[in-house]
Parts: sequence; C-alpha cells; structure tokens
Amino acid sequence: MENKITLAHGNGGRLMHELIEHLALKFSNKILDEMADAAEFTVGNSKIAFSTDSYVVNPLFFPGSDIGKLAVFGTVNDIAMKGAKPLYISLGLIIEEGLETSILLEISDSIKNAAKKAKVQVITGDVKVVEKGACDKIFINTSGIGIISYASKIDAKAREGDEIIINGPIAEHGLAVLNAREKLGFISNIKSDCINLNFDVERTLKASRHIHVLRDPTRGGVATVLHEIAHFSNLGIEIDEKLIPVRPRVARFCDILGFDPLYIANEGKFLCFVRRNDACRVRSAMGKDARIIGKVVRSHAKEVHLKTILGPMRILPELESDQLPRIC
Amino acid sequence: MNTIKLMEVCGTHTMAIVRAGIKKLLPAWIELVSGPGCPVCVTSERDIDAAIDIARQKDVIMTTFGDMMRVPGSTGSFEETKQKGSDIRIVYSVLDALRIAEENPKHKVVFMGVGFETTSPTVASVLKEARARKIKNFSILSNFKLIFPALRTIAGSREVQIDGFICPGHVSVITGSVPYEKIAKRYKKACVITGFEPGDILKGIEKLVRRVRDKNYGVEIEYARAVRKKGNPTAQDVLKEVFTPRGVEWRGLGVIKKSGLKLRNKYKDFDAERIFKVKRRSVLKKKGCICGEILKGLKKPADCKLFGKACTTRHPVGPCMVSSEGTCAAYYRYGK
Repeated sequence: MENKITLAHGNGGRLMHELIEHLALKFSNKILDEMADAAEFTVGNSKIAFSTDSYVVNPLFFPGSDIGKLAVFGTVNDIAMKGAKPLYISLGLIIEEGLETSILLEISDSIKNAAKKAKVQVITGDVKVVEKGACDKIFINTSGIGIISYASKIDAKAREGDEIIINGPIAEHGLAVLNAREKLGFISNIKSDCINLNFDVERTLKASRHIHVLRDPTRGGVATVLHEIAHFSNLGIEIDEKLIPVRPRVARFCDILGFDPLYIANEGKFLCFVRRNDACRVRSAMGKDARIIGKVVRSHAKEVHLKTILGPMRILPELESDQLPRIC
Repeated sequence: MNTIKLMEVCGTHTMAIVRAGIKKLLPAWIELVSGPGCPVCVTSERDIDAAIDIARQKDVIMTTFGDMMRVPGSTGSFEETKQKGSDIRIVYSVLDALRIAEENPKHKVVFMGVGFETTSPTVASVLKEARARKIKNFSILSNFKLIFPALRTIAGSREVQIDGFICPGHVSVITGSVPYEKIAKRYKKACVITGFEPGDILKGIEKLVRRVRDKNYGVEIEYARAVRKKGNPTAQDVLKEVFTPRGVEWRGLGVIKKSGLKLRNKYKDFDAERIFKVKRRSVLKKKGCICGEILKGLKKPADCKLFGKACTTRHPVGPCMVSSEGTCAAYYRYGK
C-alpha cells in the first residue's frame, strides 16, 4: 500500500478496493466477507439487510439534490440492492463551527422529505460540532436496516448467460456535482439523478425469481461496478457501447472535459443481472428508460469488454485514479 | 501491398483510435503510429522540476490543468508535492487561475502553461487582460510548444519513415492548413486534418491512403466543419503579440529550434521564469525508458522492457504512460 492516503483511495477505483480489502481483512467474518453494499444476516426468523454510509459532498446543494437527500437515498438504495425493504435509518451529523443555522435547517428538511418519500423513519441520531477546519461544513452518516423477503439470495455473483439491465441514462449525478463544485460555468441543465430506488426494486423483484445481482453504480460509475461483479463472479462481462443510455448533453459535457461517462457517479440508477429468459420482463418492470446493455460470459473471466460504436471489442479498463480534465 | 505508415500527431487522436478499436478494423498494411502531440508527454522533466521548485516556495499557489498532476519530474510530481503541503490546484481554464489570483491577493499565483497552439492563444488573451487590469500577483510559467517545428523534425528524420500525417483538428482550428503545406511539399508527406469522431478518423485514414498510393503529397481538410485554410487570425495575432518563439527541450525529441514560446518583454512582469529566477537543472535519463523512440514513432510500447512491468499507469516511469492520452497509457489500458 502507498505511504499516504490520497484522494484516489476514495474514488471507487482500484486503490480504494485495495484499501477496503486491507481493512476488511482485519475484521474478517462470514457476513463481511461477502463485501456487499449492505450486510445480510438473520435475526430470529427475519432476514435483515444492514448498511452504513457517510456523505461528504461539496457543495452541499447542487442541481437536483443536496447532501441531506443524498444521505437518506444513498443508504436506502444500498439496502434495496439486497432485495430488502428499507425500514429504519440512523442519522449522525458532524458539523463545523460557523455553519449557518438556516443551512442546517434546510438540510434537515430535505432529510425529512426524503425519508417520507422512501417511507423510512429516522429512529436514532447524533450530533457533534467540531472546530473550524476539522470538517467541511457538514458531514453526514446514515445507517439503515431493512427486511429481505425475496426468495433467492441476491449477492455479488452473476451467472453465465445473465443479461445486464440498467434503469436509465448514466453519469448525471457526478457531472452535476462537478459543474457546481468547480464553478465550471457551463450553462447546463444536467441535474443529479438522486432518487430512492426501493420501490423500483420492489417492482423489479416481482418480475422474476432469477435476479442474481442488483447494484447501484455510485462512486466509480457503471464501469467500476461491472468490474467488481466480473471479479467476484469469476466470469467475463460484455457490454455494447451503443446500448448504454447517455443523454446527449451529458455525452457532450463529458467530451469537453475528456471524461468517460461509464466512470461517473450515479445516485438513482441500478444494474440488474437476471437470467436471460426473464430479461425483457424485468426490463419493463425497471421503468421506461431501462435498457439491456450487455451480458455475462464464460470467456475472459474477471475482465469487462466493450463493443465499440464501430464494432470491435476492447477492454474496459478498471478506474485507476480520478479522471482528470485534460488540456485540449 | 506495401505497408503504409501513418502518424496520428495528436494525443486526442491516439485516444480516440484505441477507444473506438480502429486498429482492429484496418488491414495489416495500414500501420498507425503515435506522434508527439500530447503536451503532457513532451514536457521535459527539467520543466516539471522547475515548476515544482516554484510550487514549493512560500505563499505560492500553483495552478495547472488536471493531466499535469501525476507527471513525474526527476524529484516527484505535482500530486506528490501537493500531498507534502504545497498549494497546487487543478484549473479547467487559465481564467480560473486568474480568478484565484484576484481572490488571493497575498499569494503569488502561477499558472503552469502547457500545450500547443490550441491552448496558448487563450492564455495570451488572459495575459492581455491581466496586464490591462494591472493584476500584480499572477504569472505564467511558459512551457508552451509549437507543433510544426516538431512535425518538421519528424518528417525530416531519416530514421522515421512516415508516409503521412493524421493532422490534429484542434490545433488546425487556430493555425489553419497553410503551415502543413511546406511540410507536405518539402518532405513528400500526405497530410489530412481530421476531427475526433471515429468516422472522422476513418475518413481521414482513407484520404491519406489514397494520397500516399497516388503519390499526391499535399494537405486536405477533412474536418471542414471546424477548420479553415487560414485558421483563426485573431488567435494567431494575440499569440504573436504576447509570445515569441524560442528553442526548447521536448521530452524524447531533444531541443528543437524555435519550437517553444516565451513571453515577450512587454509581459515580463507576468513571466514566472523571471519572477522566481528559474534554473533548469540537468537530469539523468531514466534507464530503459524508450518514450523518446515512441514519441518519434520508431518503437511501440510493447518494445519497451519496462512496459506493463516497472512502468504502469499506477506507477508510470515515462511520460507516455502518465498522460491519459499518452501512447503507452492507451496501449496499457485498452491494448490487451
């Protein structure tokens, strides 16, 4: 491991995975070792999904969302990706001294509304205030639990022949935040796609009993999640560039900055790996913008390949470190 | 069929070619080699060391384009220097650097100027504005380069056998097609200026192959929706007003006469080299690294002993691996 932690250790790419694996080894147990976004375990007769996540987004408010909404939906979605129905969440706030009370109230209103929308309750919480400079305005941690009722286990392992479906166009959250944070001044109507996915997932699960993987491609984008799944499943993944939904304005924005939308964060998208026979039914259940983008194959295990617009296949590399805007 | 060897001059073309898988579509007798048109790749270690020396000074805010952050000099990169506490910020435009200067009047804000004719006119016009507004704490470390002297060097080299150039679309928007004409005529090379969509590149290759086959050496604009014969005269004028050519070192190609840009005397108060009394130290060449040969199109990444072993995108040795548009990085990521 490197001597110092860099931002690349938190971007969803390879360095972050190495760091997490390194830390997880210390606590190794059967539940943790599954390395899913939410842990799955049994209490009495109930199967439970449990997840935690911290939110440190800058700026606090950006087109389409804010840190409060993100903190609720982020955890709700992680629980939903286990096929669970999210019920309760906790709320931890770390606040930098000097934060305007009005901002805090605005964020807490946003949390309230988001919880209402996702039908979860905030049932415990904590507030800490730290010196100026010890954190950036406000950091939020949420944990949540939900009940799993889906019959078969949803884990990180895809099966050969699975079709891969995404519920809509990608890369909007990451670009909306970037445009707001860096004051790029692009006049753009790109908004974060931040939304709760629990009801969409519920509908999706009803469409097939053979859903093997559900994942929300947040940090590191779709490419990063596909890599993780190829790796855990010890199978290859093939996706088709022309089938991947990207809105034209998003594609153009990425083009200017030299970014690849496949590596940009989403907060309202999920990928579903399902048995081929059920793919069309599941796609319909996932919503009108859902698209089948690829499939799971036996060849080139642990690698993700992409069929380019012109037809040839190439490797879709793992995200190394943050995408940096280019010179020309 | 005789092999036809074409050089894509520009790093953005290299990237577009690997991303679209174009090489896999071409017959074996059309060979594409990558050229020196990645500004990050050709910035010498000496120039990076000098910039880092400035960034380490007290009260300095160094600003740079994103792709320069990880480029190793002989003593480290901007990224490493930043982790040790220096204030180095990524900007998306030189205007952002100027804004930082205005917001931080007690700091000296330096912009690491890297790029070709695409980038330098914007910087020149911002300098004009900074001068007019009498901004005192803003300066440019000029490592700007001109593409044509490098093209002439490659076209005129006996060891490099290139039949034609896939010419950079962005640079040509500024320069126009006229400067290519001399190169085409004198060195008997076909030149086609192309855009960056996969279709543009394929069309450009087709035109080049026809020209080479017919020995019809000349210049053609395939990217007509953006490039005019005379380019953008306003940008050319502002560039000439602020900068003047000088000989500079290119990583891999050595020193090329009149291939770099320095600030004119009128702008000396904005010249970081003068303000910080920059000394460029000599550095040892990295053992085994063949980036120089790769930038000239003589060798391919796979010919390098370090490629994929000692030199990876995570721990790059040479510049071609560092830049996202570098030839080695492109092959390493997509080439397997």
